[in-house]
Amino acid sequence: MSDLDAFRAETRKWLEANCPPAMRKPAVTEADACWGGRNFKFQSKDQETWMRRMAERGWTVPTWPKEYGGGGLTKDEAAVLKQEMRRIGAREPLVSFGIWMLGPALLKYGNEAQKHEHLPRIARGEIRWCQGYSEPGAGSDLASLRTKGEDGGDHYVVTGQKVWTSYADEADMIFALVRTEPDAPKHEGISFLLIDMEWDGVSTKPIKLISGKSPFCETFFDGVKVPKANVVGKPGEGWSIAKYLLTHERTNIVSVDSGAFAGGDPKRVALKHVGAGDDGRLADGVLRADIARFEIDALGFFATLERVKAEADTGQGVGARASTLKYVGSELNKRRHELVMSASGADGLLWEGPEETDGMAARNWLRSRANSIEGGTTEVQLNIISKRVLGLPDA
Amino acid sequence: MSFKLSEEQAMLRDAAREFLAEKSPVSELRRLRDEKNPDGFSRQLWSGMAEMGWLGVLVPEEHGGIGFGAVGAGLISEAMGRSLVASPFLSSAVLAAVAIREGGTDAHKAEHLPKIASGERIYALAADERPRHDPAAIDASAVRDGNGFRLSGVKRHIPEGHAADAFVVSAMLDGEVALFLVEAKAEGASTDARALVDSRYAADLTLNDVKLDGGALMSSGEAAQKALDAALETGRACLSAELLGAGETAFDATLDYLKQRQQFGRVIGTFQGLQHRAAHLHSELELTRSLAFKALAALDAGTPDAPMWCAAAKAKATAAGRLSASEAIQMFGGVGMTDEFDIGFFYKRAQAAGEFLGDDRFHADRLAKINGY
Repeated sequence: MSDLDAFRAETRKWLEANCPPAMRKPAVTEADACWGGRNFKFQSKDQETWMRRMAERGWTVPTWPKEYGGGGLTKDEAAVLKQEMRRIGAREPLVSFGIWMLGPALLKYGNEAQKHEHLPRIARGEIRWCQGYSEPGAGSDLASLRTKGEDGGDHYVVTGQKVWTSYADEADMIFALVRTEPDAPKHEGISFLLIDMEWDGVSTKPIKLISGKSPFCETFFDGVKVPKANVVGKPGEGWSIAKYLLTHERTNIVSVDSGAFAGGDPKRVALKHVGAGDDGRLADGVLRADIARFEIDALGFFATLERVKAEADTGQGVGARASTLKYVGSELNKRRHELVMSASGADGLLWEGPEETDGMAARNWLRSRANSIEGGTTEVQLNIISKRVLGLPDA
Repeated sequence: MSFKLSEEQAMLRDAAREFLAEKSPVSELRRLRDEKNPDGFSRQLWSGMAEMGWLGVLVPEEHGGIGFGAVGAGLISEAMGRSLVASPFLSSAVLAAVAIREGGTDAHKAEHLPKIASGERIYALAADERPRHDPAAIDASAVRDGNGFRLSGVKRHIPEGHAADAFVVSAMLDGEVALFLVEAKAEGASTDARALVDSRYAADLTLNDVKLDGGALMSSGEAAQKALDAALETGRACLSAELLGAGETAFDATLDYLKQRQQFGRVIGTFQGLQHRAAHLHSELELTRSLAFKALAALDAGTPDAPMWCAAAKAKATAAGRLSASEAIQMFGGVGMTDEFDIGFFYKRAQAAGEFLGDDRFHADRLAKINGY
């Protein structure tokens, strides 16, 4: 038996013994996901048990080094863990911006003190992070951000406003881009700061979306004192870190597996609401064709994801190709929700009702409109592909 | 399944690209057309491809082939697509080879597969009878006659069928599908060649009470259907790879043009209106590449999802191949409409290769059926 086979057998056994049955079904509602943090309320005892058991093995962040609370697994082992979790339908024990974004940034750019202070807390779900990038005047043109950090000796005094900070009202800390070198060129005067949301001068305000939900906030900094020890990388290096993370985020947005389509699979919804004719085929021929074309593109997307990952493993790197995946994946997800709405007919228009899932189709559909805006708009992705993949010249 | 090619496969890909780029660039297709070559392909190139071993890519080693499987055939097809190589490769080395390999008797395999591999004779699969691909619609029929059969019907749109020495013909026998091996010279059999838009030829095969001996029957019923399906799926995956090769090459030419053509005092590749279309097309070709490989690999692995991948691949490759060539014409502008530029050849071939063995609409509907709606 190879080492990997042994690892698989051991992992399977451990998961069987340690994953509570209630955690062996996909997360459907927002409350099904465990985000962690100082104020997080577990949905159930099982949710807490599952997260803690996984965290103890470092498997909430399987590939991070053990000294920072990770599992120290190789890529292959992490893939086996994922496969074995999928085999029993186990949901992610912990999700967070700390895992997806800050962690990778600290691993690459952080100093030892920062790694030891923050990474284990992310891994154990103790601190929930949010991201402070966009500002009212800095969306696609992110580098024009104006939140400023004035030099106060051993600290910066931060003043300004961030927008689209996801879950800022529930987060414990924020990693933010702040202009600390006002005289430097646009891209070179930005620093990457770690700020506690409980510090004086930090406040948040939720933004209500067309979906009726408020996953995003505005976050205000009013003379917040941030120690210089909380600068990740060097002062002025913030833009490089942000670019690295955006690429990471794009890969992330698209790293949904087909399980992510559960509950919103257009063909299932159509068969339920429209039904099949005598020939056993979906009774609406045009809808059938539209769904089939969607499925072909979805197959192509997942196959491409698999191919890009395989090529990345051989050292070719994902790089700018993440933009292709981000573009295709987010447009595809919007199309999926449009098809689900169309297939549901007027039933899909339901906004609220006695069941927890009532109104979910419409709200998810509305939420999906943001897919091609957040993390770099579709238009920005197309710019990146044009220039960095295709080598087309700047204007 | 891995997207990585084995060392042998990578060598095959490189050899195919190099050989065909040198021996059969697009100018070769232009030459064949301009001199009204009656074959529509070069016999010399065909011998060269045989010498490289490619005509036996799907033929097992015991029958004189190299047995490289569908991925191997796809890599050759992709290279052929890159310079629009005209040849009976699809008909003989892919469709007929798989039909005989999967549906022939031991005697058929021993007699015909080595001839396919050596290029000594050209074979073709005669499956369609309608303008649009519909291999299930079979009016051709065989009746038993002593120890043999009598076969009648009209099989249509056989790529390079005019050059075929023998055909694998689908026909109804006793109410079931059956496959027959029919010599082109058999009495009552006739072909007529038609020049197509892509400067290649297809033929209709008319079978007028053709007398066949008992040994002409390859298989019938479920076995015949399975062999026919295997041949068609392999053909679809290979055409997807060909469309990918053609689509990527047309796109590369377009990109080069965008980087040098000047209007309004600027290189037109600086215009965002064109950049975004190019980026979208690039993404479509990326999906096509992934799907074509998935389909070919699934065929080699023999997994039950192979038909789904083949349907998805052919649908996507047809649409993306068409988009690539039509965007090329639009972005080249007026010169893209001239015969002097090669882009027109790509546009025409994309239409023909898209139509053969089912276009994007045919395969979208098939995928829906496979997936239960």
